Amino acid sequence: MPDIKYLIAGDSSISVEFGNEISEEINGKVLALNDILLTNHVKGVTETVPTYRSLLVYYDPCVIGYNKLVGKLKRLTCRLNTASAASKRIIEIPVCYGGTFGEDLNDVAEYTHLSNDEVIQRHCSHDYLIYMLGFLPGFVYLGGMDSKLNTPRLNTPRAKIPAGAVAIGGEQTGIYPMPSPGGWRLIGTTPVKPYDPDRKEPILYRAGDHIRFKPITEEAFYEIQALVEKDEYQCAIIERDT
Amino acid sequence: MGIKILNPGLLTSIQDLGRVGYQKFGISPSGALDQTALKTANLLVNNSMGEAALEMTLMGAVIEFTASNVIAVTGGNFSPTLNDSPIPLYTAIAVKAGDTLALGVAKTGCRSYIAFSGGLDVPVVMGSKSTNLKCKLGGYQGRQLRMYDEIPFAAPVETLPGLSQRIVPYYKREEKVNTLSVVLGLQTEYFTAKGMETFFGEEYTVTNRSDRMGCNLDGPVIEYQSKADIISDGIPFGGIQIPNGGKPIIMLSDRQTTGGYAKIATVISADIPLFVQRKMGDKIRFKEVSIEQAQEIYTEEASKLEELQKKLLHLK
Repeated sequence: MPDIKYLIAGDSSISVEFGNEISEEINGKVLALNDILLTNHVKGVTETVPTYRSLLVYYDPCVIGYNKLVGKLKRLTCRLNTASAASKRIIEIPVCYGGTFGEDLNDVAEYTHLSNDEVIQRHCSHDYLIYMLGFLPGFVYLGGMDSKLNTPRLNTPRAKIPAGAVAIGGEQTGIYPMPSPGGWRLIGTTPVKPYDPDRKEPILYRAGDHIRFKPITEEAFYEIQALVEKDEYQCAIIERDT
Repeated sequence: MGIKILNPGLLTSIQDLGRVGYQKFGISPSGALDQTALKTANLLVNNSMGEAALEMTLMGAVIEFTASNVIAVTGGNFSPTLNDSPIPLYTAIAVKAGDTLALGVAKTGCRSYIAFSGGLDVPVVMGSKSTNLKCKLGGYQGRQLRMYDEIPFAAPVETLPGLSQRIVPYYKREEKVNTLSVVLGLQTEYFTAKGMETFFGEEYTVTNRSDRMGCNLDGPVIEYQSKADIISDGIPFGGIQIPNGGKPIIMLSDRQTTGGYAKIATVISADIPLFVQRKMGDKIRFKEVSIEQAQEIYTEEASKLEELQKKLLHLK
């Protein structure tokens, strides 16, 4: 494949870079290569980290050297099938919007000249691709927020945003997986835990999945929260038509 | 029964070689900063190289043993004593229940390691016993050690074969060396020729803004072409970010898995142990090596440790 760069990232990792922009097409290639590496075990490769437009491949130079690994990766990228690699999973995340669950919803509505309900409706109206995870355990970098919802970050970041907060920061939206300082505007809270170190699968989703937000009432929030605490809640997973 | 912390020192945590395979979920690898010191300590007490040990920073811990075992102290020289008598570094030492091991202030280096034969009995979380301080994960209750914490041994021993020969001739890890070898990348093209000249020509100082995530250096500003911001990508161990201020940050074990600043180069694996033993005020320089040279050094270092392992395993 042309235009792919195999960049040296120290003596034990290589970054395979597919372009220099954020797009679903480029990210699809990153995830496709990641899939190939996960299913075809390449000797010496220890870990992969997919990001927007590149895949960081960690390896053990005692097992495979840089030049040999680049050769191997080049052969694998020839076989990239982005269509089959695309995840078909949509993870439904229940969100209680506004009030004490989303303290900045009013501000977002005011800034965007929409009603609170319109903000919620637009936020839930389509599915978001998870381009990558990073920054915090289970923190998702999502694509495709309705640009009408763009709202600048707070001038003074909050010292502590609680886990489960659903927020808007500039052109992005996301979920805080654990308590953290942050400047994004809080519009809702999900009772599910995107990150739970004690769960068999600590992180709820992976790069390539989609997220669909589903508005819920306060009563439903507490019901789900009680189930989550007993580890008895399962997010709905919907198969996506591609 | 194992160890009881009488004084935790400045920052003491349980670390092994880190959590592999979870960076794709945003979870830092963690693990010992000076992996050579960790591996050597483990080999001295007959452990696999990646067993969990205690990592101490600048000021060591005081520990009471509640069971007998064989231990080894490596890394920087924190003037260790056993029941008030000095003990040598890089040497396996038998300890008895009731003994007290005390480490003081770092005389040389910045990080010291204590390995215990058979390892420490703490849960393996996501494949590792390492403490991830930010995520409160792994190690002992996901945190740095405090006074009166008690950590059991997993499989202690009274002695080991050839105990008196379990010494690594004090590993002259070139303590005076202050030049770190780096390979260029990932975003070297973001910097001007003048910027590259500054990076390789000038001296940089370790600042107090240093922790297990990364180490901020002070020194002349490195000039970039137009901006330091990139589309976030993965950050390797030893990756050198240059944020908008133009001063380098060397990313370490608890680094964020991804980041949006251009990376000028990456410190080679063999030199990360040298770097993490530098403390505030120490000066360093950078020198370029090719990827081939870097990997040659990498495999040499690995085979040195393998030879040591073989030698120790054959002791009778």
